[in-house]
Amino acid sequence: MKIITAALAGATVAALTVPASAQQGPIRIGEMNSYTAAAAFTVPYRNGWQMAIEEINAAGGVMGRKIEVVSRDDTATPEGAVRVAGELAESEKVSLITGTFLSNVGVAVTDYAARAKVLFIAAEPLTNAIVWEKGSRYVFRLRPSSFMQSAMLADEAAKLPVKRWATIAPNFEYGTAFVADFKKALTARKPDVEWVGEQWPANQKLEAGPTVEALIQMKPEAIFNAEYAADLAKFVREGTTRNLFKGKPVVSVLSGEPEYLDPLKDEAPEGWIVTGYPWQSVDTPVHKAFLAAYQGKYKDYPRLGSLVGYVTMKIIAAGIAKAGSTDTDKMIAAFEGLSIDTTMGPIQIRAIDHQSTMGAWVGKLAVKDGKGVMVDWKYLDGKDYQPSDDEVRKMRASNR
Amino acid sequence: MDFIVVQFLNGVASASSLFLVASGLTVIFGVTRVVNFAHGSFYMLGAYMAYTLTSQLPRGSLGFWGGVIGAALVIGLVGALLEFVLLRRLYRAPELFQLLATFGVVLVVQDLTLWTWGPEDLLASRPLSLRGAVDVMGRSVPVYDLVLIAVGPVVLAALHLLFHKTRWGTLVRAATQDREMVEALGVEQSRLFTAVFFLGSLLAGLGGALQLPREAASLNMDLAQITEAFVVVVVGGMGSILGAYLAALLIAILQAFGIAIFPKITLVLMFLVMAVVLAVRPYGLLGRPQAVARVGGSSLAVALRPAGSWSKTAAAVVVAVLALSPLVLGDYSMTVLTEVTILALFAASLHFLMGPGGVVSFGHAAYFGVGSYAVAMAIKYSGLPMLVAVVGSPVAAGMLGVAVGWFCVRLSGVYLAMLTLAVAQIVWSTAIQWDGLTGGDNGLLGIWPDDWARGRWVFYLVILTISAGGILLLRRAIFAPFGYALRAARDAPLRAEASGINPGIVQWAAFVLSSALAGVAGGLFALAKGGVFPTYVAIGRSIDALLMVLLGGVATVTGPLVGTAVFVALQDELSRFTNVWRFILGCVIILMVLAFPEGVVGFAARWRRDPDA
Repeated sequence: MKIITAALAGATVAALTVPASAQQGPIRIGEMNSYTAAAAFTVPYRNGWQMAIEEINAAGGVMGRKIEVVSRDDTATPEGAVRVAGELAESEKVSLITGTFLSNVGVAVTDYAARAKVLFIAAEPLTNAIVWEKGSRYVFRLRPSSFMQSAMLADEAAKLPVKRWATIAPNFEYGTAFVADFKKALTARKPDVEWVGEQWPANQKLEAGPTVEALIQMKPEAIFNAEYAADLAKFVREGTTRNLFKGKPVVSVLSGEPEYLDPLKDEAPEGWIVTGYPWQSVDTPVHKAFLAAYQGKYKDYPRLGSLVGYVTMKIIAAGIAKAGSTDTDKMIAAFEGLSIDTTMGPIQIRAIDHQSTMGAWVGKLAVKDGKGVMVDWKYLDGKDYQPSDDEVRKMRASNR
Repeated sequence: MDFIVVQFLNGVASASSLFLVASGLTVIFGVTRVVNFAHGSFYMLGAYMAYTLTSQLPRGSLGFWGGVIGAALVIGLVGALLEFVLLRRLYRAPELFQLLATFGVVLVVQDLTLWTWGPEDLLASRPLSLRGAVDVMGRSVPVYDLVLIAVGPVVLAALHLLFHKTRWGTLVRAATQDREMVEALGVEQSRLFTAVFFLGSLLAGLGGALQLPREAASLNMDLAQITEAFVVVVVGGMGSILGAYLAALLIAILQAFGIAIFPKITLVLMFLVMAVVLAVRPYGLLGRPQAVARVGGSSLAVALRPAGSWSKTAAAVVVAVLALSPLVLGDYSMTVLTEVTILALFAASLHFLMGPGGVVSFGHAAYFGVGSYAVAMAIKYSGLPMLVAVVGSPVAAGMLGVAVGWFCVRLSGVYLAMLTLAVAQIVWSTAIQWDGLTGGDNGLLGIWPDDWARGRWVFYLVILTISAGGILLLRRAIFAPFGYALRAARDAPLRAEASGINPGIVQWAAFVLSSALAGVAGGLFALAKGGVFPTYVAIGRSIDALLMVLLGGVATVTGPLVGTAVFVALQDELSRFTNVWRFILGCVIILMVLAFPEGVVGFAARWRRDPDA
C-alpha cells in the first residue's frame, strides 16, 4: 500500500509542475487516435496533421501564436478514450480535442465533450450518431457520415438494371449503420428493389468460404458490401474464386481508399463501385501541391487518412483564427458556418448539425500495372447529400 | 443439396486450419501444463514469415511450399527459444505465472511485428496452381480448400505416428501422464520441454503460413486466433490431438451452417458449443481428468494470517490518506485514483476466488460487465437513483454467479477456467449484438452520478466507502470459518469432506460472493466513466484482472490491491507518453514475473521473513 501513496505523491508533484497554458504561449490542441490498435490507418493520419501543423507554424501560427499538439493514443476503447480526453482537457489544459477513428470511441468522446463542455472536433469516425442522435453543441465532425456516403453510392446503385440485392457488413455499429442507410437510400430512389438477404460476419472474423456460399445461395443480382481491412481481402479472394461476383455489380463502401485497396494489389476486384481516394489522379492544383509536399516529406504516398488529418488541422486553425480566441463558446460560434477552401475543395461546417460538407470520391475499381486504382471517379460534394433540415432538427431535438 | 455438400466441405477446410493451431496448443499444454497465450502470436508470425519467404523464393508451387515449410521451421525455433530463455525459469512458479509471462510475450510480439513488417496488411500472391476452383455439383470450390481438407488428416496422422511409433513420442506421452515419474526415470525434462515447444510452435507457424493464400497477414491475427484455438483444445479435451481434430470439425461445420441460418450470432455459437460440451462432458470430448502435478502450483497454499494490529493501523492510515486525496490531487489524477480504487475491488474479488478459493476464473469480466450494465439500465430505463441502482449490480452479477458457479464447481483447473471464459464471451457477444437493450458497440452513455454526488469529494468518498467496504468484507470472509472451510476444500477436498464440509457448496458460495462484488465494482465503474461499453466484458478486461492479481501475488491478501495500482499506473502512464506502450508493458510484465514469481507483495513478504532468500 505504501507504493500507492508514493505513486500518488509523485503524481501530485508532476501535476503541479505542468505549466498552465500562458495566454501568450502556444495554442495547445489535444489530439487522440488509435495509434497502436489501428496503426495502418492512423499513422498516415498523423503524418497528415503533422505536415499541416508545420505549415501553419511556418506561416506564423494563428493569432501570432504557434500551435502545439499534445498527441495521445486513445487505446481504441470507449472508456480508455474518455480517460484520455479527460487528461487532455483537465491536466494538459488544451483548448480543444480532435481525432478518433472508431465510431464507438468517437461517440463516447462526444458524450464526454458535452458533459465537460469541451470542444471536440471528430475527424474520422463515420457514425451518424456523432452529429445527430448523440450530437451536441460542443461536437463537430469532418468526414462524410455513413448517411452521406450511402446516399452517394445509392445514386450510382439506382442506375443499375438490377433488383435483387444482398448485403454483407461486419456486425457492429459501423456495418449495421451502413446497411440501414444504404437500404433506405436505395429504396427511396428505386422503390421496387428487393432485399434478398444479409450476412453479418463478426468484425475481422469473417469465415469467408461459408459466408460467400451463403450469399450465392440467396441468388442476388447485386451486392452491397461494407467489409473492410483484412476481411475485405478474404472476401474478395474467396468471392472471386467461387464466382460470386461474376456478372453481379458490387457496391462497396471505403474499398477505394488506399488503406484498404492497396493490400489487394492485382487482385483488386475490377468494376466495383466504391467510395475512396484516387490520390494518383486528382489533378487540382491544391491537391498536386499537397501530393508533392507529402511525398517530399515522407517518401511515401498519402492515404485518405493523411488527407483527412491534414485538412482537419487546417480547418481547426481556420476556426480558431475566425474566433480570434480559444474561448470555447467563441470557437463554437466561429466553427458554425465556417467556410474554407481545402485540398479537397470548398468545405462548409453546417451550423444546423455541426457536420462538415467534406465530400467523397466515388468511382470504379480497376487494376493498372498490378495495382488497384479508382477510375471514372468524381468528387461528390457533401452538401448535396444531407437530409432535410426538418429531419435534422428532429434528430437533434433531445441534444445538449 | 449442392449447398449442403459445399458448405460441409467449407467446414472441413476451416477445421483443418483450426486444428493445426489447436494441436500445437494441446501438445504444449499436455506436456508442460503451460497455458500458452503466445500461441496466437506464433500463428501470426507464421503468416508474416511465410509472406516474407514466399515473396523471396521463386514464384510457383515449389517456392510457395518451400516458404510455408521454412516459415513453420523458423517459428518452431522461435518457440524453442522462448521456452529456453523464459518459460524454463517459471516451471516451479504457480501455474498461472506462465500464462502471465506468455501474455507479456503477446504484447512484445505485437509491437515487434509492427516494426518489422509495418502496419499494412500483407496479401501474398498465390501460385497459379492454387488459384483455381473445381466444380462440385455445379458450384465452384477453391482448389486450396481441397488442399486444406487433406492437410488436417495428414498432420493428424503424422502426429499420431510421431507419438506412437518413436521413442521420443513415447516419452512425450509418458510426460503428459506423469512428468515427475518420467524425470525420476532419468529423462532430462528440460530437453523434452524445449522439443515440445519446438513442435507446438511449428504447428502454430504452419497454421499461420497455410492461412496465407486465404487471407492477408495482419496484426489482428494473434488474438483473433488464440481464443478459438483454446475453445477447440478444451472441447476436444486438453492434451488430446484426435480430440482437437474432432472438436475443430464439430465447431467449423456448425459454424459453416450457422452462418447460413443465424448470420447474426456467429460470435456466440462457438462459445455456446463449448459451454454445452463442458456441461455435459467436463473434460471435453476425448479428455481425461488432469493428472495432478506434484511440483509447482504449491505456493498457492501458503497459510494466510489475519492482520496484526500494526497492519490494521497501516491500512487505516492508507484509507485516510486516500479519503483526503481530493484535497491535493488535480481532476485527472482523481480520475485515475478513482479507477484504481474501483479496480482494486474487482481484483480483490478475483483474488478471493483464485487464492483462498483455488478457482481460477478467466472470465471475471462477465460479472464486472453484468454489474455495470445492471446499473446503467436501472438508471437509463427506470430512472432509479444512483445508490438504488448500485444495489442492482451485485444482485444481477450474483445471479449469473449462481448459475455459472453451479457448473463450474464440477470442473477443475483449466477446464473450469475455460468455462468461465466461455461465459464471459457469451455475455460479451450479447452486449455487442443485443443492440436494442445494450446499445451495442456504442454502449449506454450518460450514466452519471446523481446531482448530490457529482462533486469530486462526495463521489470519491462514495466510491472509496463502497470499495473499501467490499474489500473488508472479502477479508472478513477469508478469516471467518467460511474462509477456512474454503481453503480446506481447496487444499484437501477429501479431508474437508470427511470433516463435514461440502467442498462443492463452499466453492459455489465463494463463486457467488466473488461475482457479486465484481458486479459492484462494475457498477461503480459505469458511474465513474459515465457509460457502459461491451469492452467492459471483453477478454482484455478479464486478463487485466488476472494481471493485477498475479502481479501483486496470489498468495497474499494485500497483493491484488498493490497489483492494481502498479498495473493501472503502468498502463495509463505508458499509453500517455509512448506509442510503444505494449512493448514496454510486455517487457515489464516479463521482468516482473522473472524477478518476483510470487508477485510484488509475495516477494516483499518473503524478503521480510528471510532477507537472504
